[in-house]
Amino acid sequence: MIKILISLILFLMVVFLPVGYNVYTGKTAYIPVLQPPEQRGECVENVMFMRKKHSLLLEKWRDAYVRDGIKRYVSINGIYKISLTGTCLECHSNKTQFCDRCHDYLGVKPRCWSCHNIPEKVAKK
Amino acid sequence: MNRRDFLKFTGILAIGVAAHQAINMLSGSDARQSQKKREKWAMAISFSACVKKEGCKACIDACHFIHNVPEFGNPKDEIKWIWQSPFETVFGDETNVFTKSMLKNLSVLCLCNHCENPPCVRVCPTKATWIRKDGIVMMDYHRCIGCRYCMAACPYDARSFNWREPEPFIKEINRDFPRRSKGVVEKCNFCEERISQGFLPACVEACTERALIFGDLNDSDSEISRLLRTRFSIQRKPHLGTDPKVFYLF
Repeated sequence: MIKILISLILFLMVVFLPVGYNVYTGKTAYIPVLQPPEQRGECVENVMFMRKKHSLLLEKWRDAYVRDGIKRYVSINGIYKISLTGTCLECHSNKTQFCDRCHDYLGVKPRCWSCHNIPEKVAKK
Repeated sequence: MNRRDFLKFTGILAIGVAAHQAINMLSGSDARQSQKKREKWAMAISFSACVKKEGCKACIDACHFIHNVPEFGNPKDEIKWIWQSPFETVFGDETNVFTKSMLKNLSVLCLCNHCENPPCVRVCPTKATWIRKDGIVMMDYHRCIGCRYCMAACPYDARSFNWREPEPFIKEINRDFPRRSKGVVEKCNFCEERISQGFLPACVEACTERALIFGDLNDSDSEISRLLRTRFSIQRKPHLGTDPKVFYLF
């Protein structure tokens, strides 16, 4: 009986070692800090909407632009050109400190950038 | 409801439906007249003007820069939106013994014909390519799975496949137009992104000899409509029934 208990405890310790490690080093409390663009007012839609549904909005933009030939987006904040590089990255010029931080944290790998240009990168080339 | 009421009711209903259709028919003619006709984009290429400047590649350079077309330096991998080919290859059915020697050195400008009846669209399994109402045969690179059925279907060799990642082979990246990724088919889009802003296609704008004429076939006053009415023109492989919208003028 004691043998089983000891081995069970040992087993659980090994299993929960990574969790313990993260608690010890303080990584569990880590939340990515994003740098929104300075003094540019609100995004295309309101912040809460963008936080939750920006991926869906971008998909809508993609289909509207390519499929239906709609080149402008009208929202309560104004009229915008539908363009990932031209509109989104124009404001969020700090992609590494904004988009990437959250995507990396959540392990999301959007495939936009295999074709769409990142202004910083193009300028460097 | 008794029988009499039922007959009354259905009778009134039938009269209502008929009246609705009659009103629609009568007012339809007015509505159709006021509705603006959709454009039907087309291009004409003048042989005589195009050969004036020898070795001129202004249109090709302009197009390939604007659309981030890579240059692999290898004809097997070549990506082409607009290109030159010998007369014999482009108009194989039109040649005979005499034209073969006479037009030996003539290279003809080719691009996607934006067919009225595009075979590439019929074979695409994902609807990544389709014909728009204004006649442009569009590509949605998001949807292309790289099966290359369209390349096999296209009788004009207007489509190219990215065998390798194209980014390192683009000389200078144009920020305003996306690149393509490996495993995607690409082709000329009639500068759809420029037309929507009211500009002419890049090749047409770049041509100093005015050899390329672009316009709306549905507008009988447009330059291209007038030219095609007055000058002799041919299409590539018309017997296939694809009805190309790129015309070659003599």
